[in-house]
Amino acid sequence: MEFDPFVLSRIQFALNISFHILFPTITIGLGYFLLFFRIRYTLTKDPHWEFIYSFWVKVFALTFALGVVTGIVMSFQFGTNWPGFMEEVGNIAGPLLGYEVLTAFFLEASFLGIMLFGRQRVSNRLHLIATSIVTIGTTLSAFWILSLNSWMQTPTGYTYENGVMIAESWSAVIFNPSFPYRFAHMMVASLLTASFLVAGVSAWRMLKGVGGPATMKVLRIGMIAAAILTPTQMFIGDLHGLNTLKHQPAKVAAMEGIWETQKGAPLTLFGFPDEELRTTRSAIKVPKLGSLILTHEWDGELKGLNDFNGQHPPVAPVFWSFRIMVGVGMMMLLVSWACCWQIWRKGSINRFSQRVLFAMTFSGWVAVLAGWYVTEIGRQPWMVSGLVTTAEVVADHPPGILITTLAAYFAMYAFLLVSYIGAVFYMSSKPAKSLIHMHNYGLPGKHPEDRAYSPIEDPVAKAADSNRSSINQTSINQTAGS
Amino acid sequence: METALPLIFVTIMGLSLLLYVILDGYDLGVGLLLPLGSDREKDIMIASIGPFWDANETWIVMGIGVLLIAFPSAHGIILTKLYLPATIMLLGLILRGVAFDFRVKAGDSKKEMWNRIFFIGSLVASMAQGWMLGSYITGLNGSLTNTVFSILIAFCLPALYCVLGATWLLIKTEGDLFAKAVGWARKSVLPMAIGLFLVSIATPLVSDVIAERWFQLPNFIGLMPIPIASAIALGLLTILLRRDVDRLRELNPWYLFICPVIVCLMAALGLAYSIFPDIIIGQMTIWESAAHTSALMFTFYGVCIALPCIVLYTIFIYRVFAGKATALSYD
Ligand code: HDD
Ligand code: HEM
Ligand code: HEM
Repeated sequence: MEFDPFVLSRIQFALNISFHILFPTITIGLGYFLLFFRIRYTLTKDPHWEFIYSFWVKVFALTFALGVVTGIVMSFQFGTNWPGFMEEVGNIAGPLLGYEVLTAFFLEASFLGIMLFGRQRVSNRLHLIATSIVTIGTTLSAFWILSLNSWMQTPTGYTYENGVMIAESWSAVIFNPSFPYRFAHMMVASLLTASFLVAGVSAWRMLKGVGGPATMKVLRIGMIAAAILTPTQMFIGDLHGLNTLKHQPAKVAAMEGIWETQKGAPLTLFGFPDEELRTTRSAIKVPKLGSLILTHEWDGELKGLNDFNGQHPPVAPVFWSFRIMVGVGMMMLLVSWACCWQIWRKGSINRFSQRVLFAMTFSGWVAVLAGWYVTEIGRQPWMVSGLVTTAEVVADHPPGILITTLAAYFAMYAFLLVSYIGAVFYMSSKPAKSLIHMHNYGLPGKHPEDRAYSPIEDPVAKAADSNRSSINQTSINQTAGS
Repeated sequence: METALPLIFVTIMGLSLLLYVILDGYDLGVGLLLPLGSDREKDIMIASIGPFWDANETWIVMGIGVLLIAFPSAHGIILTKLYLPATIMLLGLILRGVAFDFRVKAGDSKKEMWNRIFFIGSLVASMAQGWMLGSYITGLNGSLTNTVFSILIAFCLPALYCVLGATWLLIKTEGDLFAKAVGWARKSVLPMAIGLFLVSIATPLVSDVIAERWFQLPNFIGLMPIPIASAIALGLLTILLRRDVDRLRELNPWYLFICPVIVCLMAALGLAYSIFPDIIIGQMTIWESAAHTSALMFTFYGVCIALPCIVLYTIFIYRVFAGKATALSYD
């Protein structure tokens, strides 16, 4: 089989960015949760919050490390695989990436040290400030990179001088038409991903019988956040879709699987888009709903894929990714509302809900990846919509080298993903007390977790108490032995 | 402005990469020395770089970022040519960076494995960086002598990093580990010096352009301070390290750390002189590959505001975490 370097470069880029985005998504969202935990602790002095913070900050640190190392790969990728990209649009893309490094990366990376290891060395106030700075830093990074990505989707503010593209108005470049929607949608996506992560891990702790009152507190916060954020996300998503319809109608036609231009178009719930027959097979449709959602009119006209002179993205991946994203969104709505209802009525959630939440721990990732595939594959064949095609900018490495590096990246990422998920659950499967031993090489008993953890008041924890002491003993021995 | 901006940016790029070599150099060096410590010492060694490594690594993102922003066409050519070593370096950096966290979070049974991965990642990354440096200096063409030269540098750079790492440990540790670090520093100075010497001799041999720039008479004399300063720094380091460990404890350890830093600085100056005004030796000057003035100007505003802030808060962080390291804890 002939391997096309173009296809291989695309696969490699997609693999790298897909893997990178998993971790920033969590850190962006989790940062705000940590800030919340920290502020609660500062205000109430309730040691539970301190315990919650000290557990989740470890997950944050691990995720951050993965985000940083995969991000460094990204900063080389443009040069190694898409040299033409910077030559064509470097005068615009370059400064945006530069501002990300200058304003965000250094900020996060520097203050992370204080956030993680500085609690004994700086005042609580300064520590709180460091936590806020890291959180703001991750948001700033998202701001710049999404500005660049949105500009690639809906370029404005540029002009040509002697055949090179330059910026005419930086504010028009940065605040291009799709940017506000994409930024808002991505921020909420990150917060949702983090909500389900903290709730899922907490549910797992309850299932394992190692949860305590602190665990329930986190689960509750996660679910309340999700119950509010999911409808918000749907609302923003709808606006985002309308904006896309205005600027990239071919993408929306692919998302909806609309082949012929029509008035009062139906909404296709499911089906199999077939580019050869140019139809969607076995489609389940709701009459007129497509036009209603996208134009807010029963008889609005939607342009079909056949009217784009063949310049439209591959249909099936966009169509399916979109349904996966929306499907996960629906699930999130259902689950978060059901859990909030239970918490409100009974103060806790039943085992079934705990299992569901555990299963949905990483559901945010699925929706985020699916959403990005809609965005990025939906932009094809363009690299910068209407201006530069993807094929113009690729590097011509020999396929052999590309296959080797692709395989190496793939193996590395598979290994890291397994290790990451393993470590998150390993950390959280420990009973609260023995968590101390994992990082704290001092004596047990001084840590707020010990005080926070009040087994007598909590029936779940009480049941766990008996086997905990034995686990604890071994973990102390291990620490002593190492 | 049109001639000045590329100059400013190439200076920023050079400084970022130099800072990267020094700062991440000591991180990578500690990684290379890790297998030599006992279990408990390993924890302290990692703790001595824990709060800093992330920001240190950001300097390479900055260096590559400036290359991309200010010299987009050179960026494309250089990174396409360095595709293989760059990928290998990235894989190494990934392993090194994640091992920091996994070694204490994936469970005691896996700690050994992640310690080993930490070492391997550091080794792979530093050798790949040497390889990249080697092929960059030789003008990015893969002839046999150039390849041999690149391999040579691939083995020398880790030695430099070991010296940086060991002297950093002198600043950050006490007791037995301090004594051990003195031993590691003593052992790695010689390979570093030999490496440096070989590289200085080989560079003009493999590259005519560089030979020409160095061996013209007035220039040659004007340039002498560079090798002389390096030699003094190296000599001083050797003499200081000869001292008894107990006497060394009384010495301010920063003096020892500064020596390899001066060597790096001089090497960078020499290299800058060899290359300037090219961005790719013998092929492309910085002005030929510079981005449009509008892009450079816009970035320049950001640099003027952000860079001083970065320097200030970096100093602040180093002060917060000043003093000897104890095993890291999240407190
Ligand atoms: C937790 C994650 C999550 C959830 C639940 C949703 N989305 Fe989303 N969506 C994303 C995460 C995401 C994303 C990964 O963040 C994307 C990719 C690019 C972007 O800015 O957001 C995205 C892109 C994206 C796009 C593509 C826009 C374009 O490329 O031009 C549309 C139209 C929607 N979303 C609409 C929706 C709707 C109607 C949802 C209702 C259920 C929804 N999204 C739920
Ligand atoms: C926000 C910053 C991003 C930028 C600047 C960016 C830029 C690019 C570039 C330059 C390409 C290669 C050219 C092309 O195929 O069009 C690309 C393709 C792609 N990107 Fe992104 N991307 C970003 C975010 C993401 C994320 C977060 C994901 C996924 C999780 C993603 C998924 C993809 C995929 C799947 C492709 C390949 C599309 C194809 O070739 O069919 N991108 N993107
Ligand atoms: C939607 C897309 C993206 C978002 C939201 C995003 C966000 C982030 C965030 C928040 C971080 C900080 C580390 C962390 O929190 O884990 C990060 C790291 C990084 N990202 Fe991305 N990124 C995206 C895509 C990209 C792309 C396309 C590039 C390529 C230029 C890139 C380059 C980097 C680099 C170099 C780092 C390491 C920073 C450091 O050393 O601290 N990112 N990214």
